[in-house]
Amino acid sequence: MPNDVEPAHPRLGAFAAAKEAALAALVAFGLFALMVGIRTEQGPTGALIFTTRFALLAEIVAAVFVGRFLWALIRRNANISIGRFVPTSAKTAVLGIAPYAAAAFLAFALIVPIIFYGNRYLLDLCILIVTYTMLGFGLNIVVGLAGLLDLGYVAFYAVGAYSYALIAQHFGLSFWICLPLAGILAAFAGMLLGFPVLRLRGDYLAIVTLGFGEIIRLILLNWQDLTGGPNGIPGIPRPSFFGLPFNSSEHGFAATFGLSYSPTHRIVFLYYLILALALITNWVTLRLRRLPIGRAWEALREDEIACRALGVNTTTTKLTAFAMGAMFGGFAGAFFATRQGFISPESFTFAESAFVLAIVVLGGMGSQLGVAVAATAMVGGFELFREFDQYRMLVFGAAMVAIVIYRPRGLVATRTPSVWLREHKDIPAVIVRDARTETPA
Amino acid sequence: MSAPPILTVEHLTMRFGGLVAVSDLSFCARVKEITALIGPNGAGKTTLFNCVTGFYKPTVGRLRLDHPHDNASFLLERLPGFRIARDARVARTFQNVRLFAGMTALENLLVAQHNPLMVASGYTVLALFGSPTYARAQFRAIDKARYWLERVGLADRADDPAGVLPYGAQRRLEIARAMCTDPVLLCLDEPAAGLNNRESAELNAFLRALRDEHGISILLIEHDMGVVMEISDHIVVLDYGVKIADGAAHDVRNNPSVIAAYLGVADEELAQTEAEVGL
Repeated sequence: MPNDVEPAHPRLGAFAAAKEAALAALVAFGLFALMVGIRTEQGPTGALIFTTRFALLAEIVAAVFVGRFLWALIRRNANISIGRFVPTSAKTAVLGIAPYAAAAFLAFALIVPIIFYGNRYLLDLCILIVTYTMLGFGLNIVVGLAGLLDLGYVAFYAVGAYSYALIAQHFGLSFWICLPLAGILAAFAGMLLGFPVLRLRGDYLAIVTLGFGEIIRLILLNWQDLTGGPNGIPGIPRPSFFGLPFNSSEHGFAATFGLSYSPTHRIVFLYYLILALALITNWVTLRLRRLPIGRAWEALREDEIACRALGVNTTTTKLTAFAMGAMFGGFAGAFFATRQGFISPESFTFAESAFVLAIVVLGGMGSQLGVAVAATAMVGGFELFREFDQYRMLVFGAAMVAIVIYRPRGLVATRTPSVWLREHKDIPAVIVRDARTETPA
Repeated sequence: MSAPPILTVEHLTMRFGGLVAVSDLSFCARVKEITALIGPNGAGKTTLFNCVTGFYKPTVGRLRLDHPHDNASFLLERLPGFRIARDARVARTFQNVRLFAGMTALENLLVAQHNPLMVASGYTVLALFGSPTYARAQFRAIDKARYWLERVGLADRADDPAGVLPYGAQRRLEIARAMCTDPVLLCLDEPAAGLNNRESAELNAFLRALRDEHGISILLIEHDMGVVMEISDHIVVLDYGVKIADGAAHDVRNNPSVIAAYLGVADEELAQTEAEVGL
């Protein structure tokens, strides 16, 4: 740029702005000439008709030109940054309420079924949000704390779901026995993945975990005898309230407690079940962070070589991170199976892994509150824009790009020290390494 | 009477493909002594360090470590890297400081006490449910960290992330972190690099104190001859992976092959060449 040698914010003349705008318009023309300008439609005889929409194309290009021209003028001459629109008092207010945000969030989560009791759709949505929050918490151990970029997290979700479904169906065990079993089996799957990838980091690790996720899905798809292949497993036992089934029989939940039967009871129970699981995950994660193992995970993310020089067994440290993350994924999977009553490999595609990873990355790696907020925004937002139909993905993509540009380290971008001597200061994200930054050589 | 050896290097050879980084090197570092390893760039000093601390497995040779108090002895070339730090108790620092930049100075020192804390936490299980044993162990660990922070003059920066400390402070913190692992042998890779004169004088005093007060044996790579000559009890000189001198500071300083290695040619040779060209 010719302006490079001039002071920080040079005044930009109308001519230069026009030049910049013309360039943007040219790019817009290149992009939209074929996409918008030319169109093929099915004619009355069934043949394809070639139509042009050059007027629309011209409008788009003109809009880009004018928009870019004004933006260039305003930005360069008024020295505007987004931050200036926010008054300082508002900023301090936001920082002031931050500590209470988690408590408020939790309080709201606890009373959700009371507020939305009559609204089955919203309750289902809330269950979905909390499920993804739990998955985010689990993945956060692997990606956020230990810094191991895992693109195949859905594999553990699948192992948990299938473990639960198969054990419950074949052995008739109750949910409360199957749940830990599903978690343990998923943890084993996590260690199974952990062994071959012990030496890998960053991109290479991401590729192998991606492959692992696909391997699990393909096994589920092809091992017809055990998993039912593409037909999935139907008729998975529903959870009971400590032995009391949610039905209209006289031994059911409603009859025992003298309530009139309502199918919403089960939904509310499922909601509190997943909320409890998510809160346990959160509690364990927060607790582990303050224990030697959690500090070793974070140290591993910061510098693996220094860890070895300090006598930290990096092998077991990595394996426990994988196993822990996988275990919580397995719990969530078991819950998913019991809620749906039917599972098939289609629920465990790469898109799910990517979605959970997006929640962790957008929420802020290592931040529990960030993950919860991101899960709410992503799952809830996705549903909110359902009426926008195909534009939903567009809006969604744009929102993600915006977040990555303006808050590259996620919504909650600071790290809280696990221990302190005098005062507790949050650490700015800029100096904290994460799974995306390359390890030093 | 010289002290018993703590680290005995015997016929150590390290090859990378066709390149011989260290060739048939034998020497020993003694208990409560500061042994300096010097030599021009590429002489194989850091390679030797990496062999001692388990980052490389030597092609040939033996590295024996004898603990001074109990009669435990370890063959370092056979131990995996983390056990060299945990069981053989060899600690090291790095030429390019390797701190956990996003963690506070205090947290850095707690990671160094990972193994005893792991045991105290019942391998996480007990501590997860609030075992008082772990609470006490962590209290002691913080006390120890505080002691070392005070020793390196960083007590008031304990809660600052290691990544924002000035360079000299980072170097000191790295030594404090190594000391938190309770080592018997401390390997320092160019601890004075990038320090100013005052800082480097403080470092000398600190290393002497480690040796005299804490009974630590130190193996040191250093380019700063001022530091080396002042504090070393014993100097080993490497050039192209071969040991060219080994002895006390004043012996090494006057050794002609050391001068040749550092200055290019020996004085006599220079005089001879000058005579030949008729100067």
